[in-house]
This record gives sequence, C-alpha cells and structure tokens, in this order.
Amino acid sequence: MTHTDSFRQQVRDWLEINCPESMRRPYRNEAEACWGGRNCVFYSEDQKNWLERMVSKGWTVPTWPKEYGGAGLDREQAKILKEELKRINARPPLESFGISMLGPPLLKYGTEAQRQQHLPPIARGEIRWAQGYSEPNAGSDLASLQMRADDMGDHFNVNGSKVWTSYGELGDWMFCLVRTDFEAPKHKGISFVMFDMTTEGVSTRPIKLISGKSPFTETFLENVRVEKDQVIGAINDGWTIAKYLLSHEREMIAGSGISASGSLPVSQSAVKTIGTENGILKNTMLRTDIARFEIDERCLGLTIERARDEVKAGVSLGAAASMFKYYGTELNKRRYELLMSIGGHDALVWEGDKSRDGYLPKMWLRTKGNSIEGGTSEIQLNIVAKRILGLPG
Amino acid sequence: MSLVLNEEQVMLKDSARDFLQSRAPVSHLRELRDKGNTEGFSRELWSEMAEMGWPAILVPEAHGGLGYGYTGMGIVLEESGRTLTPSPLLSSGMMCAAGIVRAGSEEQSAVILPAVAAGEHLLALACDESAQHAPESTHTKAVKDGSTYRINGRKTAVVDGHFAETFIVSAKTDDGTSLFLVPANTKGVHVEPYRVLDTHFAAHVSLDHVEVEEKDLLGPLKGGQDILDYILDVGRVGVSAELLGIAQEAFERTIEYLKERKQFGVPIGSFQALQHRAAHLFGEIEMCKSLVIKALSTLDESGDSDSELVSLTKAKLGETAHLATTEAIQMHGGIGMTDEFDIGFFLKRCEVLENLFGDNYFHLDRFARLRGY
Repeated sequence: MTHTDSFRQQVRDWLEINCPESMRRPYRNEAEACWGGRNCVFYSEDQKNWLERMVSKGWTVPTWPKEYGGAGLDREQAKILKEELKRINARPPLESFGISMLGPPLLKYGTEAQRQQHLPPIARGEIRWAQGYSEPNAGSDLASLQMRADDMGDHFNVNGSKVWTSYGELGDWMFCLVRTDFEAPKHKGISFVMFDMTTEGVSTRPIKLISGKSPFTETFLENVRVEKDQVIGAINDGWTIAKYLLSHEREMIAGSGISASGSLPVSQSAVKTIGTENGILKNTMLRTDIARFEIDERCLGLTIERARDEVKAGVSLGAAASMFKYYGTELNKRRYELLMSIGGHDALVWEGDKSRDGYLPKMWLRTKGNSIEGGTSEIQLNIVAKRILGLPG
Repeated sequence: MSLVLNEEQVMLKDSARDFLQSRAPVSHLRELRDKGNTEGFSRELWSEMAEMGWPAILVPEAHGGLGYGYTGMGIVLEESGRTLTPSPLLSSGMMCAAGIVRAGSEEQSAVILPAVAAGEHLLALACDESAQHAPESTHTKAVKDGSTYRINGRKTAVVDGHFAETFIVSAKTDDGTSLFLVPANTKGVHVEPYRVLDTHFAAHVSLDHVEVEEKDLLGPLKGGQDILDYILDVGRVGVSAELLGIAQEAFERTIEYLKERKQFGVPIGSFQALQHRAAHLFGEIEMCKSLVIKALSTLDESGDSDSELVSLTKAKLGETAHLATTEAIQMHGGIGMTDEFDIGFFLKRCEVLENLFGDNYFHLDRFARLRGY
C-alpha cells in the first residue's frame, strides 16, 4: 500500500464514523448551510457535530498550517480528502468567506499577529466575515472606490458606504477596501482594512432582489474607528491584496458551474419530468441543449482538476481565475435556464410547499447575478484578453 | 490519474514539435497540393517519421514497437495538427494498430504489427457506407462458403484507402457484424480515390465477390461490432488530439495578427469586440486541453474506451476547433480569405476532421444516449 493509499484509507475510515448520515445529502434549502459566526444557530445536532469534528481534524481548512487551525495537508492529500468527501456526498461542514476569500491573503500578506488573531477563529467557524468591496459608484470600476479613511495617528476614521455585502447583517467582522490617499492615482491610494462590525458607527440595510430575497446588504460606516494593526499589507498598497483576494473569490464562484455533489444531473431531471420515447428525451430540441450543457459542465470540472494538477506539477495556468469565473457562472446560468424549461408551468410557481416556496424560479433569478458579482463576465473577459493574451489596452 | 504530461511526455512533445515545425510546416502541405501529389502525403517524410518511431508508438515491444501508449500518440497528433502535416499515422499507426493489438490473432499480430511499427505496411479502416457516419448499420455482407467468406459491398470515405495495403472491413455475417483483414490486392477489391477539400485523399472501396479465409477474421465471428467501436473510439480521440493542435495554432496565429494589424491608427486587438471573442475562445480551448489529455490517459489506463467520454470529447473538440478556425478567418479579414495566406488551410482541415468518425451532432446524440436520454 502506498503512502497516499493509506492516507485515503484513514480518511475514509474516519469519515465513515464521523460524518453523520444526515450530512451526506445535498442541502434541502439554503438555511441548512452552516456559516458559523457569533450568532450561529445550528438547525440540528448532526450539523453541529459535523462542524466540530471537522474542526478538530483541521479539515475545514485542510491545507492551512496546523498553528492556524488547519491540518497542514499537501495538495495531494487535500485532493484525496476532497474526493473522499465527494464520494459520500458530504456537505461542507462550513461555508465561509473567511476561508475562501480572506484566508489566502492573510496567509500570504498578513503579519504573524494578524494571522494568529484571525485565522484560527475562521477555521473554527467562530467569526463570520463580510466583504466590503463594491460601492454605489464603484462596481466594475472597483478601483474608483471612495470610502474615506482619514489617518488619525494611531487609527483611521472611516466614512462612506459599501454595497452588495453578502449577508452583511450576519457578518461579525468585515474586510474592506478604503481610500487612504485621495491625491494618488486611483489604484495607488487604496488600503485593505479589517474591523469588527459591532464597532460604533457600522450599520446595514438589506437589499431586496428580483428573487424577493435579500442575501445582500448596503453597509454604512459613519466615523468608524479602524485600528492601524488591522491593515493587511502596506498602507496605500491595498489594491495588491484586493486583486489577490479577488482571484480566490473568482475561483470559488467558478465552482458554482459544477453541480453540487449528490444533486440530480440536469438530464436526469429532464428524464423524470418530460419522459423518454425509445430511450430518447421526448423534447428533442431541449435534449441537444442539455447535452451541450452537460459536456461543458464536465469540461469545467476536468479543467479545474487539471489546473490543480498543474499547480502541483509547478506549471500554473496563471490569471486563469478569471477564465474559470466567466465559464462557471455562465454555465450556472445555463443550468437554471434548462431547469426552467424542463419544469415548464410548474417552474413558475412562486409559493407553497410543493414548489418549496418557488425554490427553482428564485434560484433562476438569483443566478442572473452570478455573472455580475465578483466582477462581471465582461470584466473577466477583459482580464483574460489583457493579462493572458497580451492584447493591447 | 494526473492531467498533466510527465517529463518523458513533455520531451516527446518537444521533439515532435521540433521535427514537424522544421521538416513539415504548413508550406509542406501547400507544396504537396501545388505539385499535384496524388497520394496526399510524402513517402520520404513518412520514412523519417518511422525512424523517429512514431508508427511504433502503440505497438507492443514484443512485436517490435515502443509500447508507449495512446497519450504518446496523441501528443504527436496534436503537434501534427499544428502543422497540418499529412501522414498515415492516424489511420494506420493509431486506429488499425490498436485494432490488431486488441483483437488480432497471434499470427496476425506477428505478421502485421512489426511491419506497421516500421511504417512499412499501411492499413485503413473501411467502415462507412453512406454520407452520414452510421457504424452500426452495415450493409456489406460476408457469406460463408466452405472455408472461405465471400464479401460484397461498397465502402466510402475510407481514410488513406487509396494507398492502404490492407483493409479492416466491417461486414454482416448472418445476424452479427464481423471484421476482416482484406489485402488491397485481393481479386474483386476496387479502390477509387478522391480528393477532399483539405487536399487529403480518401477512397471509395467496392468489394465484389472478394474471397477471404476464416483466418482473416479480426476477432471472433459476429464479435466485430465491439472491436469496431473500439477502433473508432480510438480514432475519435486521435482526431480530437489533432483538432486540439489545429485550434491552438489557428488561435495563436490569430492573436498575433490582432496585435500586428492596425486600423484606425491602432492595433485591431485593442477593440473590445474582438478581445471578448478571443478571450472566450481561449477558455474553450483550455477546456479542450483537459478533455484530450483525459481521453488519452483513460485509453491508456483503463485498457478500454469510455464511449461517453470519447463522444463528449469529439463533439466539444469539433465545435471548438470549428469556432477557432472560423473566427480565425473573420478576425484576419480579407487576407484570411486568400489562398496565399495559410490560415484557410486550418479551416479546411478542421472541416474534414469534424466530419470524420461521426460529426458533432452524431456525438452529441451518442453522448446523450449513453447518459440515458
């Protein structure tokens, strides 16, 4: 038995004992996802146990060093863990912007004190993070942001507003881009700061979306005190951190192009709803679109896998996060277009138990934002054209 | 299974690229066409390829080959897609060699494989019978008469059929399909070559009371369909690798042109209308790279073909290479329409390969069927 085989066996054995049965199926609704945080309410004992057990192994952040709450796994081991979790359709024990977005820049650019302060609570799901990037007048042109941070000597005094803060009302801490130099060119006057959202002067207001849901808020800062030791990287060099974080955010969003483990493939949902004749889906025009979709879904999965293998082998796809973000979100939009067509009249129902309160049409509406948030598809294509293809600006 | 090439494979890729770029760039194909070559490939170049060991890549060492596997063969085909180099590598070196390695009798293997590996014996698959690829409906018949089989039928679109020395012929035997090895010089075999749009050749092959022996069966009687599907799947992956080379080369040439060509006083590559299309195409080609390496390594590692993966690969590569070559023409503008400029050769070769062994629609349909819808 090779080294990796024995690791796989250990993982498999441990999961067999420790992953509760009810955690081995897809979420039935969004409320079943665990986001942690100070005000976390577990919907079941299993959910709580699953998180705690994974935390104890360091497997909420398997590749982070042990001293920060991780398990210090190498890429090969992390891949095995991922595969074994997928094999039993295990749910993520923790959904977290701290893990997927803030962690990587903290590890790369944070001071030792910042890492000690923030990483372990992220790994344990104790602090829920919110992102303060976009502003009412800084969307695709993010670097034109205007939130003002005045240097008060030992701290900054911050004023302004952010928009599109995911679950802003539930955030414990926020990582945030602020302008610390109004004279410098726009990319050179930004700093990356962190603050506790219970600090005086922070407030949020929900934004109601076309789906009727409010997963985002506006966030207002009025004379908010931000300590200087809560700046990541150098003052006025926040754009470097911001871009690094964005590439991780985009990779995370790209994953949405691949259907969640355990969920029904689009074609199977079509077969169930529409039926077949001589083994062929009755709606043959839709069938072709589904086939093209499923092919692209597989393409994306394999390419993400290849990108990981290439990182392992020391050859990197470079600015590929933008490509993945573009591809994954466009794919997810196609998935919901197809599911709406498959559902027909039933997919239009907005309320009631049978439609799980209009789960499908609300998700369909939600996916329209996938190619806007985290940088629009058009911005991603700009980045690919300029940074990867080297086309002139 | 890792989706990156290992060191040895990277070396093969580099040496294949060096050889093809220096000995057989696109101008080589142009020269064959302009000089009226009627075989569609250069025998001289082929013997150099044989010296490089390329036709031996799939042949096991026991039969004088290298036993280097499908990934190795795919790497060479991808590179030959970049240079549009015509050779019997796909049909003889990959498909027919794979068929004989898989199903050949000891005697067949011992006689044919060493000659295939040396590039001295060329084979072709005679399977299609109509304008649309339909490998499961064979009308050619082989009727048993004592110890011989008498074959009657007409095959079309036989790649390399005009110079092959032996055909693998699919024929109905009672209620099943069988494969036969038929030497091209057998009485009753009539070969009618024709040129296709990419200056390659194919042939109609008619079989008129062609007599073969029981020992000429490739694989078991009535067991031919599975072997045929395997040979075709191998070919589809090979074609996909070549299409990947074509798509990348056409794309890279186009990007260079976008940087060079000026209109309105600026490089046309600074226009967002073109940038976005180029960036989209870049993503599609990255997807294709993953598919090709996955399909090749699956052939190597499982010893069998995963038909769902093969069909999705062929369909996606066909569509992407089509997009890459048609966008290449459009983005080159008027010069892309001229015969003097090379980019049109990529469009033509792509169109032929897309059609080979099932076009995009064939494989979309097959993919869906295999997934139960």
